[in-house]
Amino acid sequence: MTIKPVVKTLTVKASPERAFEAFTASMGQWWPKSHTIGATPFVAVVMEPRVGGRWYERAADGAETNWGKVLAWDPPRGFVLAWQISADWAYDPNLMTEVEVRFEAKGDGTTAVTLEHRRLELFGERAQAMADSFDGGWVGVIQHFVDFVGG
Amino acid sequence: MTNASRALAALGDATRREIFEQLAVGPSSVGALAARLPVSRPAVSQHLRVLKEAGLVEETPEGARRIYRLDPRGIGAMRDWLDQHWDAALAAFKDFVEQPEEPTA
Repeated sequence: MTIKPVVKTLTVKASPERAFEAFTASMGQWWPKSHTIGATPFVAVVMEPRVGGRWYERAADGAETNWGKVLAWDPPRGFVLAWQISADWAYDPNLMTEVEVRFEAKGDGTTAVTLEHRRLELFGERAQAMADSFDGGWVGVIQHFVDFVGG
Repeated sequence: MTNASRALAALGDATRREIFEQLAVGPSSVGALAARLPVSRPAVSQHLRVLKEAGLVEETPEGARRIYRLDPRGIGAMRDWLDQHWDAALAAFKDFVEQPEEPTA
């Protein structure tokens, strides 16, 4: 069973180099503040610039909450992240959904940005595994999800 | 209506929540569910249809019976959320990357 990937494309008025840098090194400056799983708001979102690097948010008190890791790193052409935030909004090291972002110069000073979030069926498989191991796990998953979306 | 609010609405009914929790324990037929709950078979079928439309359960034929189980794609709600998340995040990214570079101090 597969679920259609989420694919987004947009054009930005910036070079691939600047777009790549802004996307990765400055992620905490544009990432929606409400889209977080830490106990307190983040002051930075860190993507360690190498294959195997960690991807995490850091709170004002220095607490770090993992989001995933870097699977491919090819500046300024693109990178692949493992998005390891599960459907119940917790870091799950066994979850390996992938986010690939590519930057392509269009020749007029702008850059085409393509983002693909794929292997989404893994959310279901992990949720099913959790439901199998915890009584009522699914209800909790759905409720957390609804709380999050509503909040 | 998003998948999430459909799921919430579907689970807002106590009997449907009970059916959903029964299926969380394991797949089941309409008859077996009706035997475990103080609800008629037609009522169970009706509730299952709502849960199915909300993307929470799926059915597979097994001989003359239909077996119901939790639909791992109920997580389609997760996909909806991600779809909106990336729209919002990428719009914010575009604003950020297109703003004039601040002079370095």
